[in-house]
Amino acid sequence: MNAPSPGSTDPKIIRNFSIIAHIDHGKSTLADRMLQLTGVVDERAMRAQYLDRMDIERERGITIKSQAVRLPWTVEDQTYVLNMIDTPGHVDFTYEVSRSLAACEGAVLLVDAAQGIEAQTLANLYLALEADLAIIPVINKIDLPGALPDKHASEVAHIIGCPISQVLRVSAKTGDGVAELLDEIVRQVPAPVGRPEVAPRALIFDSVYDTYRGVVTYVRVVDGELSHRERILMMSTKATHEVLEVGVIAPEPIRERALGVGEVGYLITGVKDVRQSRVGDTVTIATRPASQPLAGYRHPNPMVYAGLFPIEGHDFPDLREALDKLQLNDAALVFEPETSAALGFGFRAGFLGLLHMEIVRERLEREFGLDIISTAPNVVYRVALEDGSECQVTNPSEFPAGKVASVWEPVVKASILAPAEFIGPLMELCQSRRGVQTGLDYLSEDRVELHYVLPLAEIVFDFFDALKSRTRGYASLDYEEAGQQEADLVKVDILLNGEPVDAFSAIVHRDKAYAYGVEMAQKLRKLIPRQQFEVPIQAAIGARVIARETIRAVRKDVLAKCYGGDITRKRKLLEKQKEGKKRMKMVGRVEVPQEAFVAALSSAGETERK
Amino acid sequence: MAARPPEGDVAPDDGRLPDGLASSRQGQPLSLYLHIPWCRARCGYCDFNTYVPDRFDREATWPYLTALGLELELAARLLGPRPVQTVYFGGGTPTLLGSADFAWLLGRVSALFELDPTAEITTEANPETVSPRSLENLRRAGVNRLSLGMQSAVDHVLAVLDRVHRPGRAVEAVDWARRAGFDSVSLDLIYGTPGESAADWEVSLEAALAAAPDHLSAYALTVEPGTRLAARLRRGELPWPDEDDLADKYLQADARLEKAGLTWYEISNWSRPQAACRHNLVYWQSDDWWGAGAGSHSHIGGLRWWNHRLPRHYSARLADGLSPAQGREHLTDQQRRVERIMLDLRLATGLDRRWLTASEQARLADPLARGLLEVRPIPPDRASADGSADRVPSGQALDPAQRLGEDSAGRLVLTPAGRLRADGVVRDLLD
Repeated sequence: MNAPSPGSTDPKIIRNFSIIAHIDHGKSTLADRMLQLTGVVDERAMRAQYLDRMDIERERGITIKSQAVRLPWTVEDQTYVLNMIDTPGHVDFTYEVSRSLAACEGAVLLVDAAQGIEAQTLANLYLALEADLAIIPVINKIDLPGALPDKHASEVAHIIGCPISQVLRVSAKTGDGVAELLDEIVRQVPAPVGRPEVAPRALIFDSVYDTYRGVVTYVRVVDGELSHRERILMMSTKATHEVLEVGVIAPEPIRERALGVGEVGYLITGVKDVRQSRVGDTVTIATRPASQPLAGYRHPNPMVYAGLFPIEGHDFPDLREALDKLQLNDAALVFEPETSAALGFGFRAGFLGLLHMEIVRERLEREFGLDIISTAPNVVYRVALEDGSECQVTNPSEFPAGKVASVWEPVVKASILAPAEFIGPLMELCQSRRGVQTGLDYLSEDRVELHYVLPLAEIVFDFFDALKSRTRGYASLDYEEAGQQEADLVKVDILLNGEPVDAFSAIVHRDKAYAYGVEMAQKLRKLIPRQQFEVPIQAAIGARVIARETIRAVRKDVLAKCYGGDITRKRKLLEKQKEGKKRMKMVGRVEVPQEAFVAALSSAGETERK
Repeated sequence: MAARPPEGDVAPDDGRLPDGLASSRQGQPLSLYLHIPWCRARCGYCDFNTYVPDRFDREATWPYLTALGLELELAARLLGPRPVQTVYFGGGTPTLLGSADFAWLLGRVSALFELDPTAEITTEANPETVSPRSLENLRRAGVNRLSLGMQSAVDHVLAVLDRVHRPGRAVEAVDWARRAGFDSVSLDLIYGTPGESAADWEVSLEAALAAAPDHLSAYALTVEPGTRLAARLRRGELPWPDEDDLADKYLQADARLEKAGLTWYEISNWSRPQAACRHNLVYWQSDDWWGAGAGSHSHIGGLRWWNHRLPRHYSARLADGLSPAQGREHLTDQQRRVERIMLDLRLATGLDRRWLTASEQARLADPLARGLLEVRPIPPDRASADGSADRVPSGQALDPAQRLGEDSAGRLVLTPAGRLRADGVVRDLLD
């Protein structure tokens, strides 16, 4: 197949699209099938490439990512260029999704024939509709025994307002219907429109750190042309860089002379940190810059903060190094050193959301082999003081003592999709999380979409688990920021023998303060071993104690028998215990095994779930 | 003796002691322990090195007893002539042996060492294995002290412990032992068995005291891993012993025994005046003893070693002319000091303060203030007799600069509440 070459492709034959799908609805399988059908990868090479991926990476010195793959496809003797742009499938990355969609003119809405549309897919669909993209609805997995293609096709048709006959049916697994889908993409997705003669403008929709090449920036050229050996300007940061390479992914990186209007590709500048090449930013030419950046750039602001501490204190330098490395590839991750009396040296880190936090945690553990413990996630509060001043609180320890006029917390607009039978339990859950219902839509006879305004703090605290357990896993959730609201929030401190344990302080709604205090105090009582003296555990708001438990003093700590053969054993045990004592954390005079803190933090919220 | 051997260095096949060790201990009193590794049935709580043979006859016991004799010869060869002041037959159930076996073993001891005519010669006994007649014979064989495993006087408690004797049997046996002419009789009790109430424990204490023993050991039930009892607890068939219950019962026993004229002298031991077990004091004061038999531990002048555990293996090694020792450790001065602190604090005679470093002395304030420890004067006879200060090994952490003045003299003795937390006190005290 003679594919048009990049850099000089007529925009009229370009089709830029994304696939919007829920995890497990078959997006990767469909993408693989498209690679095969368009001939860029043959069936045998498909497997080989998959298997040899690591070797290829080593040979070519670049990590192959399918952020944007260029595919040739011929319809009625005309060969078109299809750019398939990947979207992050993640609730915390709504903004990144919106930028990927902004790089497209069309979107394939892929829905599993057995499961129907999910909340996140719906949210991304709304983003695509807002961006005015052509939507091609597709029901996947029609070959599955449990498939209900008619039911879900009518649901999808109802949501986007199209005749049910326009909903395509494919099996990405067998390849059934995929060629027709490619034809439809060519027919329905509009060609990109831009001005080749004006100062270049390209949208950054992804930015990935590569060990060999530094940051690889994925762009969609809107106006003009980007060629290599030019100095480019990042319009938000005003930073300039020399372009070392431009190219397209097909699906291996191919170095090209230039990228023209409507084209999608990558550029490499030698920058080492993705924060210098931010998603949503506009790339232009330094020597003749565009006057206006493309609309929609937003600086990522952390929504959730938590303390990250190494379980082994001596891992602290390794944790710093690991976070530094993660930050190269994660522009939204922020962190600064924090010291906790209970947990030692660590970092206060900010994340886009709870799932972003979990990804970071998982990567620290898996990729860097670190054992870490995180404190309960904390949203960003705005506290107005009586003297008229204001402060931002991302850590309970910063919560001002006294003189607080009002406290504002972030809220989100949440939508929950679930089978109608779960409306009751879901409304109960949202109510218990201080939610305010703003609407309820039936997507089909037995599927509903619930709309709520919820405090973000209530969502970051095990809301997903509660949602899943109350709906046997059927509900899905999406949310977006929706400003702030004033709320009756207080800081609850947990005191051990009168000393506050910083890691357990929490900002909670006054109505829940007692429950939190009792829960933490009871948990710690069970986890902290009896001491040489009686130790009170108290939960307090300011100076007012709201709950109390007592760790009783040790009464018996002696081996009954110590005869000839026991002496060596007993001395070795003593030596071991002395060693263990060194690893105890001291809170005032109370010795607490690190494991007790870890256990208390890892099980946080468990009892609240009920 | 504990079931699992500790980790240590490999012991030499010929049992040879480090150069100069034997000669440096020349003339020092020696104690002998002889392990008899058999029982009729194994009790569910027991993790001692003991076996239930298919049959129990001469043919089964003779190779082992021969090996014991060979090990005593090895001991005599390596140590030279030493005055033996105590002999202790432990088990297992030593009284499964006939009195002729006792006589023979004690005969070997007399032939190989200088057995002191006033030596304390103890055997452990299960009440069900003794009779008036057997006790007379034991006494005639030379045994003069009897330690009876009574454990409890309550049926359901004995049942949980898998003890087969009648509750009254041990008390009866004390009487028989007196008639047979034993100088000293001791009873062992266990408290904190699952299902034992405070009233049950009182019944056992009263029953034991009614027999008027010279000595009484009361042990908190210790759940040893790998025992049948541990398995039953894990499966939830029985409730785990409770820390507070054990503490209450200890204090209950201490008060009751003191009232009856049995004075506390070690964490789990009480006796009439002058009736403390001399053999066990050897362990606690780190004097010299040779433990003969499968799995036995020995200590000579800072060298500790332990024998192969399996009786067959043990006997085979001796039959081959090899030392039965499996592993050993030569204590550093610092380790000896730690042991000194750990062991002396278990005793009513207490710990001479001068064993502690300056920083350890500084930490005394806390347990003293909490009423766990008391300072008592050092009795003049003791200070001069065994020269406590002289026992501080040379060249260890106590350099003269750290030594405290005269005002630091005194011995540290645990209070009843402190005894219950002896291990914690030591842990907090040590540098």
